[in-house]
Amino acid sequence: MANAQPLLSVRGVSKAFLGVSALENVDFTLKAGEVHALLGENGAGKSTLIKIITGAYRRDEGEVLLDGTPIYPRDVVDAQKLGIGTVYQEVNLLTNLTVAENLFLGRQPKRFGLTDVREMNRRSRAILDTYGLSIDVTAPLANFSVAIQQVVAIARAVDISGKVLVLDEPTASLDAHEVEMLFAVVRQLRERGMGIIFISHFLDQVYEIADTITVLRNGRLIDTVPVAGLDRLKLVSMMLGRQLEADFKRTIDPNTAKAEPLVSLRGLGKRGNIDPLDLDIRQGEVVGIAGLLGSGRTETAQLVFGIERADSGTISVAGTPVNMSSPRRAISQGFAFCPEDRKTDGIVGDLSVRENIIFALQAQRGWMRPLSRSEQEALADRYIAALDIRTSDREKPIKFLSGGNQQKVLLARWLATNPRFLILDEPTRGIDVGAHAEIIRLIVDLCERGMALLVISSELGELVGYSSRIIVLRDRKMVSELTGDEISTEHIMKAIASHGATGEAA
Amino acid sequence: MAVPTIVRERTPQIIVLAVILVLNAIISPGFFSIEIQNERLYGSLIDVLNRGAPVTLLAIGMTLVIATKGIDLSVGAVMAIVGAVAASLITSGYSLPATLAGALFVGLACGLWNGALVALLDIQPIIATLILMVAGRGIAQLITEGVILTFNDKPELIFVGSGSFLSLPMPVIIWIVVAILAILVVRRSALGLLIEAIGVNRRASTLSGVNSRVILLAVYAVSGLCAATAGVIAAADIKGADANNAGLWLEMDAILAVVIGGTSLLGGRFSLVGSLMGAMIIQSLNTGILLAGFPPEFNLIIKAAIILIILIVQSPASQAAMANVRANRQAVAIKSESREHAAR
Repeated sequence: MANAQPLLSVRGVSKAFLGVSALENVDFTLKAGEVHALLGENGAGKSTLIKIITGAYRRDEGEVLLDGTPIYPRDVVDAQKLGIGTVYQEVNLLTNLTVAENLFLGRQPKRFGLTDVREMNRRSRAILDTYGLSIDVTAPLANFSVAIQQVVAIARAVDISGKVLVLDEPTASLDAHEVEMLFAVVRQLRERGMGIIFISHFLDQVYEIADTITVLRNGRLIDTVPVAGLDRLKLVSMMLGRQLEADFKRTIDPNTAKAEPLVSLRGLGKRGNIDPLDLDIRQGEVVGIAGLLGSGRTETAQLVFGIERADSGTISVAGTPVNMSSPRRAISQGFAFCPEDRKTDGIVGDLSVRENIIFALQAQRGWMRPLSRSEQEALADRYIAALDIRTSDREKPIKFLSGGNQQKVLLARWLATNPRFLILDEPTRGIDVGAHAEIIRLIVDLCERGMALLVISSELGELVGYSSRIIVLRDRKMVSELTGDEISTEHIMKAIASHGATGEAA
Repeated sequence: MAVPTIVRERTPQIIVLAVILVLNAIISPGFFSIEIQNERLYGSLIDVLNRGAPVTLLAIGMTLVIATKGIDLSVGAVMAIVGAVAASLITSGYSLPATLAGALFVGLACGLWNGALVALLDIQPIIATLILMVAGRGIAQLITEGVILTFNDKPELIFVGSGSFLSLPMPVIIWIVVAILAILVVRRSALGLLIEAIGVNRRASTLSGVNSRVILLAVYAVSGLCAATAGVIAAADIKGADANNAGLWLEMDAILAVVIGGTSLLGGRFSLVGSLMGAMIIQSLNTGILLAGFPPEFNLIIKAAIILIILIVQSPASQAAMANVRANRQAVAIKSESREHAAR
């Protein structure tokens, strides 16, 4: 009667970090012999939920039942012993050890206190045989492709745990053939009666392998539905939220559309990052980029700002082709870029708010022409006031500020360089509601003062509100450009959901 | 206004230095006495300043390197190379200016080599500079052809090591001038800010338009130049170039001076003044141990023990513990007060 009882059942689980709620009252049920896809954009709570199930985090509230018994995994190892194994996108095995050593690391068969290599190799071959994989288990793991490494990682997880398998974006770095191979393994495990949680940003793959889908958004459960018969558009709108058409929609001066473009991209692309695309951005225009995570949005911005080198196409600024070889080159053209990952790419944590604000301007002037202390303080004070940056002191290290205020400091850093083209990657992610509205107002304001902006955002409602045009990316390709009346969340979602099978050539 | 801030920020170093100097004075009563002979100051304190010159110079370059989250293990070996170059140039009949220029040029080249490995090839600094640390003494031996190259008959170069100017020994003059130059350039330009930013977050700095590679190259080049200056002083002091022993282990003293001076090996905020005080603390220790007349085999052990104590006192764990004690004492005081109130 095991079927009556779910294999893994999460009930009313909540988790907060420093008072910010990451997961609120979420239910999740996994049956034996089921592939259950867990979907949601960044910050939806997927990884928090997974980490609670696999013991990396402790839940604040709610319960997790495995085979009907409540479990309280202390850590990942504890969860593995209980029967919950995980395989991550980046294979976390030791590629310098042999395949067999990786399978048995930490639990090697012993003989006279030493590892019994022969027994270990024999058992490894037996395990991999069940997956239809006959490889040399004594060879270093590094000799094999990422797909085979994934299968070895899965085999290890299943051998240790054997009830629930969590696959966290296992296909992100695999090609189509390798994905098929991995899916064959997953199907086999499903038939053996394991419960598999599958996380992926590739909707086609979810439709191919999953039986059930659970969608999270902003830490809340949106719905759990069977895959069969689920409309793609409905799924995308569940993931992104059925935002109401924003309150405001910027009125666009028809003359700007006729002006000469400030920045134009022609066939700009980089293999494996983003397929070649054409795009013009004029002064006084906000061009929005929409698309799911991993669709090539950030990659596009990185090409334009010279962080990554394009392998095809050109960038022209005011009609002159420019070799965008480095961020310095881009900045000298009057470009500015607020990155998505503020912590690693944006703030200089130990330095003060003042130093962070004057930073790009100082870098542009060079070390020989320092801004005097009073100039620095005047600039910092001006932007602290203008953008309403909440800090007790301009000398406070920026790492102690909240996310929204850090974002404003980064905006100030770039505005201080007086740019003519500003790229914003997820400018409103992870910041509080108040700061959110202020940043949107700022975007509109800058645009009206004649700046050209390129804004990447997952918040479709807000993107529709301020964009003059929106391009939609899917699977590293530009699939649609929306102008005028076409700009609406509905059109964006349609473009994102449109089936990948049509016109696949490259 | 500037002086009080420096004093406040460097209080631990000032206290440690003062304690060690006082201990030295207890061991050797004449420690603080300074007298003038032949228009030159003599005394143990002057000796500390003088003997500390090489480590002080190395610590200046090392501070900048460490602030970028790097390290330069090669400075001791660079001292040996530069000493050998200086000795062989002067004995081949080159003038003093030509000799000094050649020596500094070689130091600069060594620094640029390290910088290129770190900045252009992205090799981890500890490994990149280990290469020259190991190879450097070999290079120095090749230059001296395996012997200690002496220049007893070249007073102009010897003057750099043991001469005096304005009644101070030359090495003291040199390190003070280099230190002032370094502090002025770093703090009056934007270089200090950019170096600290690279040390905290190199990627964010590059994305904000900082030319991180050039700045990294520059700090290793400065470290090479400082090592070259130290190398010339060390060679001039013994009137010869000893490829095996010149600057031996001094990279460790320099790193220690930087750490004692309050600059974190994790990079970011740095203090040149702190490092100078760190170097002086180390030299006072060395001098004190010598004055105390311990058998030489104890010197290194005593030095290690005292440095261990300094580092334990400075460690985050004991800082936190002390903060705790202070907070508890306050809490106890408040409690007993309130109890007294209640009793009344």
